Amino acid sequence: MKMTGAEILLEALRREGVEHIFGYAGATICPAVDVLRSASDIGYTLVRTEQNAGHMASGYARVTGKAGVCLVTSGPGATNLITGVATAYLDSIPMVAITGQVPSGLLGRDIFQEVDITGSTDAFTKHNYLVKDAADLPRVIKEAFYLATSGRPGPVLIDIPIDIQNQEVEAVFPDEVNMRGYHPSVRGNDKQLDHVAEAIGLARQPVIVAGGGVFLADARDELQLFAEAFGIPVVTTMMGLSLLPSDHPLNMGMIGSHGNLCANKALAKADLLIMIGTRVADRAIIAPEEIHRRMPSIHIDVDPAEIGKNLQPELPLVGNAKVILQQLMERDIQMDCIEWRSQLQEKRIEELHREYPWREESVTPGRLLRALGKKLQRDAAVCVDVGQNQLWSCKNLWLKDTRFLTSGGLGTMGYSLPAAVGVKVAQPERQTVVICGDGSFQMSMNELAAVSSRKLDIKILVIRNGVLGLVNQIQHTAPYHGPFGVALDGSPDFEIIASAYGIPSIVLENDALLDGALERFLETEGPCLLIANVDPACTTND
Amino acid sequence: MKKTISVLVENQAGVLNRITSLFSRRAFNIDSLAVGVTDDPTLSRITIIVDSGNSVVEQVEKQLNKMVEVIKVRTLDESTYIGRELMILKVAATMKTRADIMTICNICGAKVSDISTTSMTMELADTPDRLNTFQDMMRPFHILEVVRTGVIALQKGGGKI
Repeated sequence: MKMTGAEILLEALRREGVEHIFGYAGATICPAVDVLRSASDIGYTLVRTEQNAGHMASGYARVTGKAGVCLVTSGPGATNLITGVATAYLDSIPMVAITGQVPSGLLGRDIFQEVDITGSTDAFTKHNYLVKDAADLPRVIKEAFYLATSGRPGPVLIDIPIDIQNQEVEAVFPDEVNMRGYHPSVRGNDKQLDHVAEAIGLARQPVIVAGGGVFLADARDELQLFAEAFGIPVVTTMMGLSLLPSDHPLNMGMIGSHGNLCANKALAKADLLIMIGTRVADRAIIAPEEIHRRMPSIHIDVDPAEIGKNLQPELPLVGNAKVILQQLMERDIQMDCIEWRSQLQEKRIEELHREYPWREESVTPGRLLRALGKKLQRDAAVCVDVGQNQLWSCKNLWLKDTRFLTSGGLGTMGYSLPAAVGVKVAQPERQTVVICGDGSFQMSMNELAAVSSRKLDIKILVIRNGVLGLVNQIQHTAPYHGPFGVALDGSPDFEIIASAYGIPSIVLENDALLDGALERFLETEGPCLLIANVDPACTTND
Repeated sequence: MKKTISVLVENQAGVLNRITSLFSRRAFNIDSLAVGVTDDPTLSRITIIVDSGNSVVEQVEKQLNKMVEVIKVRTLDESTYIGRELMILKVAATMKTRADIMTICNICGAKVSDISTTSMTMELADTPDRLNTFQDMMRPFHILEVVRTGVIALQKGGGKI
């Protein structure tokens, strides 16, 4: 049957099980948007700037495990999307981004709204395509979804010129993907698994370093079972936060420059590192050479290129974290590290129950976040932005079976609100909370339109201190000479902003009012904004 | 240390661009890169000379392998491979110097491809070292222009990558 490129696109998306698209229409994507009109089985959210289509698709993907889909026009639509795609790339989030393009015959002439988006995104897409024949579309889309979701996930971009969307061809939809250059490993090598099991058996002070890869492999349960089976303490990277509840006896917290003492102590004193789904990034493992000098390590990752990139492990093990953890559980490993564990646990309990200072004039962020976390439903999704709000959340937000979502790799401000929209669209029943600062809120508060129009029950906490807090904090330390360009002068009254979108808000002035305000915030029906006034002098070390 | 990496890739538009941008993005230094189609018209072979330590070369291999359009990557064993580069060199030549230039060409095995009243142009396909020697020997005569292809290489014996 003859179909247009746009019809093929729609049919191929259906075949991939796509249920929702985050998009922004424009001239060169109009044929594709036109066929979506009649597709009542595929939902559509209009964003207010294309970057947020990427973040929404990211939030959607992270809670469903499916590829998030965004669709934007050529030129500025595509370049605006770039930050969303790069954010997804750095956190290995499965995503398929579709961009319109000028007519294929005019490519390279710099005509209206033309940019070379495939060339521009080579460095931060897992793969990308410029489609020059509609007959290729069924294969390209099938490959794109397979690439985005298999192996180490990531964003794949498909650029489709408008004439290709209109081109009529005989469409043949392949049942499977056949790419001779792409064969991700799944199972771990048996011989190497023996060595790994042996090394674990010999360890007295082992520690598991779990990263975002564990979530990506849907291996949260396996990680917990594995750690519990041998009683091995677990520390996480920022992307691995919420793999275990805060008060899980084996959870020692988050490592790195913004991590907690107990986790960093575990990392420094361990006699064996078992790294799972982590890329040993600089914020998590500050001195890989020093770690390498001090202790042997096992590195389990689905991407062979991550192994040895920043830290040369004694035992590399390539494969899917879920499968490898299952394989390891089948082995007979005898190990006892009770003394090590109890040392760490003591420290951890102390940290978890530390007293916060009491403030009469403002809110203490740590106190607020611990209390908020404790009041949330067990499996709430919490989308956290970038900056002080993020680091305070990492340290203090109480986690149950919470899902903690943040832009860990790229550190993209403005991520939290659109990501939460993606989560809520995917899972309307799931309690969804945004934590952001007054800087990051203003980067994407235009997406309150999506919250309002879709009546999404998203609770938004804005930690307001009137400055770009983390930069302010950095500028207060050597070699810098003091704050500059960080005062958020001219910020609007967020209550009025919220009310303009028909969203109620609450202002929290100080610690004494905290509990009552949190309860009202969470009990409000539908979306609600909680503005917590925080002293700008308050740092992430407080 | 110089390593020769042989890469089989899909013979498609944009692949070379992806590979070169990978090298600049990951800050890998390359000495030379040569590309051409193989006996299978859907495949091209790229030969890359990397001047780096072993761990960097390993990263180069792994990063290349991650690319969807890369089919195979192999670092060639230095002791058992044939690596050749083609050079075309144009040198100033007069009646007085022509005989001396010819002597060097004979010693180095270079072939004279063009001659004029003021110049001679030679071609030589050999290892990069020997090309360097030839180039050094030509320098006193005043080299006008040089072009080199970069090394292409294959492993000796019956095997293939």
